[in-house]
Amino acid sequence: MSYIIDRRLNSKKKSAVNRQRFLRRYKKQIKQAVEESIKKRSIQDMNRGGQITIARQGTSEPVFHHGKGGQQTPVYPGNKEFDTGDEFQRPQGGGGGGGGGAGQGQASNQGEGEDDFSFSINQEEFLDFMFDGLELPYLVKKQLMDATLFETHRAGFTQAGSPDKLNIVRSLRAAHARRIALSGSHRNEIRELKKQLWSLENEPVTLERNQQMHTLREQIGVLEKNKKKLPFIDDFDLRYNNIVKTPMPSSKAVMFCIMDVSGSMTQSIKEIAKRFFILLYLFLNRNYKQIEVVFVRHHTHAKEVDEEEFFYSRETGGTIVSSALELTAEILQERYPRHEWNIYIAQASDGDNWEGDSHRCSELLNEKILPLVQYFAYVEITNGPHQNLWHEYQQIHDNHPEQFAMQPIEDMADIFPVFRRLFERKTKGEA
Amino acid sequence: MKKKQPISTGAEWTFELIEKYDHEIGRIAADFGLDTYPNQIEVITSEQMMDAYASVGMPLNYHHWSYGKQFVETENRYKRGQMGLAYEIVINSNPCIAYLMEENTMTTQALVIAHACYGHNSFFKGNYLFQTWTDASAIVDYLVFAKRYIAQCEERHGIDEVESILDACHALMNYGVNRYLRPKPLTADEEKERLDAREEYNQRHINRLWNTIPKKEDEDDTHKLPSYPLEPEENILYFIEKNAPLLEPWQREIVRIVRKIAQYFYPQRQTQVMNEGWACFWHYTLLHQLYDEGLVNDGFMMEFLHSHTSVVYQPPFDSDHFSGINPYTLGYNMMQDIRRICENPTPEDREWFPDIAGSDWQTTLDHAMRNYKDESFILQFLSPHLIRELKLFSIIDDSEKTTLRVSAIHNEPGYRKIREDLSAQYNLGNREPNIQVYNVDVRGNRSLTLRHFMHNNQPLAADTDEVLKHIHHLWGFDVHLESVTPKNIVMAGYHYPPKEKLELY
Repeated sequence: MSYIIDRRLNSKKKSAVNRQRFLRRYKKQIKQAVEESIKKRSIQDMNRGGQITIARQGTSEPVFHHGKGGQQTPVYPGNKEFDTGDEFQRPQGGGGGGGGGAGQGQASNQGEGEDDFSFSINQEEFLDFMFDGLELPYLVKKQLMDATLFETHRAGFTQAGSPDKLNIVRSLRAAHARRIALSGSHRNEIRELKKQLWSLENEPVTLERNQQMHTLREQIGVLEKNKKKLPFIDDFDLRYNNIVKTPMPSSKAVMFCIMDVSGSMTQSIKEIAKRFFILLYLFLNRNYKQIEVVFVRHHTHAKEVDEEEFFYSRETGGTIVSSALELTAEILQERYPRHEWNIYIAQASDGDNWEGDSHRCSELLNEKILPLVQYFAYVEITNGPHQNLWHEYQQIHDNHPEQFAMQPIEDMADIFPVFRRLFERKTKGEA
Repeated sequence: MKKKQPISTGAEWTFELIEKYDHEIGRIAADFGLDTYPNQIEVITSEQMMDAYASVGMPLNYHHWSYGKQFVETENRYKRGQMGLAYEIVINSNPCIAYLMEENTMTTQALVIAHACYGHNSFFKGNYLFQTWTDASAIVDYLVFAKRYIAQCEERHGIDEVESILDACHALMNYGVNRYLRPKPLTADEEKERLDAREEYNQRHINRLWNTIPKKEDEDDTHKLPSYPLEPEENILYFIEKNAPLLEPWQREIVRIVRKIAQYFYPQRQTQVMNEGWACFWHYTLLHQLYDEGLVNDGFMMEFLHSHTSVVYQPPFDSDHFSGINPYTLGYNMMQDIRRICENPTPEDREWFPDIAGSDWQTTLDHAMRNYKDESFILQFLSPHLIRELKLFSIIDDSEKTTLRVSAIHNEPGYRKIREDLSAQYNLGNREPNIQVYNVDVRGNRSLTLRHFMHNNQPLAADTDEVLKHIHHLWGFDVHLESVTPKNIVMAGYHYPPKEKLELY
């Protein structure tokens, strides 16, 4: 006796808990791997999951087993030329010297298998690991990780759907149509029979006529009954409102990343800056459909570059911040007309600037840049005291508290506060 | 006999067809005298199959990160196309649960039904190891109990606490079995009822061992005190469960759960060749019978034989695909060989197997299935004919010599040697280091000493220290492990916490 059961509809995520346990246990290693991949990925590529590789050694579960050595007498199949007493060199890399259990498939796993262990994590998990340490509040994390907003609107009717979307008028109309269609032949017959009946009615009364009329009436009665047997409403009459999701149309945004690349900016400062840029990018990505990113780096001269060069090429020399602002203003004028683009600018620096230049910076900002942009965020990544650029910007901040944000950052955890202001402003604006 | 209409001709399966095939195969199996548990055939998707893989094939299990690791690994390799999933998984339970994947063709489903639902199933029911060590009707209930208990512990004591105990227990899983004592059968209800009683008992038992109340004068004679345990204890987890001084009652219960599950899997580890060989032999025999009766057509048989031959293929030792002797090949060929010896014995067979040559093959195979494990099965039934066919040869690999030596090949003087060597290869006692609890320093620092009784001078592997760390976690005091040769010479010592270097020299 056998029972046959269809389990295909049972839950598929039986291992989800175990998988979470695994991620939890190797959080440190995975975080490190995510960090590595942040370095390798471009900012615009940050919004998805991916392959994660961690060292297998850390994840092994030790058990007692034999190491190499001692005397063993393994048996192998497929002898070709060996004869009893033959001697030959020990083959390199396992084979002859493998563990005692040559019969197990696992022997090779335990013997060498020191390669890396890689698996994929999804976007949500990836961002979760990336945000870890940035001290993001949960709500913000969720907002960032959510996919684009969708708008639902009607798109006709479907034959399948959930009961709450049932369209009663359409369903009954369909039922009516079906009843008419299916009873067509009955009604034709009834009409035919009725015609005969009428013609008989006009004939003189005879026994035969009465009998005929009686049978005709009976036939009509049966047909009428059959007609009524058609179900009033049937499964395939049901119509449901079809509702489709479409991404919310939102306008375009451009994000400028401005960074000082003079000698004083170390790679670790750039890493922190990159986090900040990523965060801003993800935020914009959620709010706008199309985003362009412009990278402007500067020392004494400013230059528009690609992302790779932006973060990883080294330059030395002095620092003139106004050069970058000037270039930004030019690019804005040329390529990003204000009425088409939402403009965001993020600037990262260690606060160093040539003494005579700071005043020029505030001029440029006040006249050419701030009137055009939605938001200008300045982060100063430094442990030391503030320098002239900070004080100059302080004044601008006082004049344009809505548009201009600035924040000193000492380590990763400080990135968020400056970011939060952006959100506060945003939510206020939307309300 | 008049040929019948084939049951089906297409590749698509339906539930009706599965039922029909199962009915026919079941009928033929009963004709051949296969005694089985009732079958519970479950059709699942490939994702569910990966889930089943991850929880060591059990329909449910407690949560642990290692299963998650297994899962992401399987998922990753499957998605990249590096591996296919098994066609089936079968569980030694009553009713016997077999999983079929929905992606399989009709032929594969029939093959799997014959292989798992009648082959493995009858082996589970008949083999003496399974009969002695496992209780098929209780395992699912016990897993439900274990899962619930461990989930409760996690709620009460935190995931990390429970995880560290489980990690330590898993490291010792292979040393949580009784090899000779027959355990009492498990039942989930009794298990629960006796839980409280056992906790109390355990605590008392330990107290006796670690009693610090001064003894009477005449008893207090350290020289006369025998060492503890009196005899070395092979079941390390059992010893820890009963004697570890610092474990909480719930921790002891977790040790017990892992131990019980290890015991459940113990017969499977000892009968891989026989179990697979038996199942392959029967799917081959049963489906051929279907064909002879005209219930399946040629196309079905071609597809079936294609799967069958790839399952029982043995790559030669110098092939890239070689990864040890394929248990399916060895088992299947031995089963077929026994049938051959019974039906068409050669003079050589009569000389080697006077008791079975020419006997009734069904009785002989049934006897072999019931009363042997891999090691003894090979030692008893591997015939010269099969050794020649597989061209087996035996190597002497002594780490002290630079060369390997061929000690026997498939010829008259070599048969017995090959048979012995191959049998030894499947002896769990040789395959796994023999490590037993040797001594507890009851009077002193409570340190636990384990002894590794070396076999053929094989040392322990490099991660032994890691395992000791786990034992230390359970035991709570110093743990020592020494490798000892048969002549009682200590070859190597492992200690946790590690001894200072100064002390060593």
